[in-house]
Amino acid sequence: MTQTLVGAPAAGRLHPGGEGGKLPGAFRLGLLRGGVEIKQFFRAKEAVVFTFALPIVMMTMFASIFHDKIQGAGITVSQLYVAAMLGAGLMSTSFQNIGIGIATERDEGNLRRLRAMPMPRSAYFFGKLWLVLVTGVAETALLLAVGVAFFDLKLPSTPGKWFTLAWVLLLGMIACSLLGIAMSSVPRDAKSATPIMVLPFLVLQFISGVYISINSMSGWMVKVGSFFPLKWMCQGFRAVFLPDRAKVLEQGGDWELGRVALVLGAWCIGGLILCLTTFRWKGRRDG
Amino acid sequence: MRGLRKAYKDHVAVNGLDLDIRRGEIFGILGPNGAGKSTTVEILEGHRSRDGGEVEVLGEDPGRASRQWKSWIGIVWQNEVVSGELTVAETVRHYAQYFPDPRDLEEILHVVGLTEKAGARVTGLSGGQRRRVDVAVGVIGRPELLFLDEPTTGFDPAARRQFWDLIRSLADDGTTIVLTSHYLDEVEALADRLAVVVGGKVVAEGDPATLGGRASAQATVSWLAPEGPREYRTDTPTGVINDLAAHFRGEIPELTVSRPSLEDIYLGLIKEQETAA
Repeated sequence: MTQTLVGAPAAGRLHPGGEGGKLPGAFRLGLLRGGVEIKQFFRAKEAVVFTFALPIVMMTMFASIFHDKIQGAGITVSQLYVAAMLGAGLMSTSFQNIGIGIATERDEGNLRRLRAMPMPRSAYFFGKLWLVLVTGVAETALLLAVGVAFFDLKLPSTPGKWFTLAWVLLLGMIACSLLGIAMSSVPRDAKSATPIMVLPFLVLQFISGVYISINSMSGWMVKVGSFFPLKWMCQGFRAVFLPDRAKVLEQGGDWELGRVALVLGAWCIGGLILCLTTFRWKGRRDG
Repeated sequence: MRGLRKAYKDHVAVNGLDLDIRRGEIFGILGPNGAGKSTTVEILEGHRSRDGGEVEVLGEDPGRASRQWKSWIGIVWQNEVVSGELTVAETVRHYAQYFPDPRDLEEILHVVGLTEKAGARVTGLSGGQRRRVDVAVGVIGRPELLFLDEPTTGFDPAARRQFWDLIRSLADDGTTIVLTSHYLDEVEALADRLAVVVGGKVVAEGDPATLGGRASAQATVSWLAPEGPREYRTDTPTGVINDLAAHFRGEIPELTVSRPSLEDIYLGLIKEQETAA
């Protein structure tokens, strides 16, 4: 195609510089998109409050109601909840916000406009990932602050644990964002986006050990939960924030960090494939 | 310079439609709802795939358009309204950054009449003002070819006139403009040439002044006779008026001479098609 362009009717073009003006690259456009996404997100006050406050409220509720010591694990139930809510909070800023956001943008015709722009599709996804990076890290920091201040949460003591925190955060974020992008094609319009995104997420939180600890759930629930990334994100966070004695509460009696990385990594790749194959710019009304 | 060439055939909604739009002209597309004009335009924009025929827009097939090609195209969609929490200036500036050679932000805000609203959030604007943001975003990239689909819906009369001036100045700069509109006066005021699309086909194409034999059609002379209003269709209105003047010995009460308006011609064409179908 580029070759025919050079031979295309160039005389009388509005751009006397000819093809001289270069189109910005995907990475640069992705950064620009990210900037705009972040700006828009933080200006929608209600959504900001909801996104950040909900996990904190949930964490405060659960961790305050259930605060007994767990026999033989050397931790309190509150600590367990804080670690689990980190996972759920991260998934809400990625999966839920991205899915609802894109479905709304599609319905309002913003995607159609973007598609008409001389922009590679990857720049759009990059922009979303930047938004998730900023909101996800902010969300995590807030939850950590509240956890440390009120619920005996200890910040990671070794560089190794900080490293684990970083990769669980990053892989979880990417996996859930890609899933959110893929899932955004399901809702018919902006109105149906919220229930369609929130309901499965809510179920997933229950079967992934966010509200109810893994060892008190029936086998099939754990099996289904183990298929999705949330369970593994929470497990990764428990490995970072709980003392090693608490391993006994895990399904395998261990943190299984290798498996955590494997499952999250697999979701990153699978999510990417799902995104590329199912993503559509047009809404159903666009035909 | 080679003229811009577009032609394609056999789409479900568009049945063997041929069009040639020349570089630098304002081309109007008229047609009733569901006639296939939006489909046609969307195919030209590269937003809809076609089932058959050949299309070439600015030397490329829009169905396989490159990014470079997209940077030459500007689109203002029907019913579209920019939304979001950005200000007017932020929105337009953001989209400017996608293009290699965008227009000046201040200049474009001035021509669409939004200079004073530059710092306002888009969400807080009136419908007509948001529409102007759409237009600003559509032309910010200095497009070679601009698609306007019902661009002035929701504009007040003064804003419409202002918008027409903007379109004319873009055309004077050499922008090719494809305009679809329900407002016949808009098409008449702006278009160099136009096509009427009915049932997925072009049923008439030409200059707005001569379309469908408009210039040579019979004139209607009407006046108020003592027994009531009278009308007379004729090829020689001057002769009729002479006779009337002699009859009334002076002023002819409520005299008008009219030729069919674009609307009359247009409605006539549509009726013809419906009867034929």
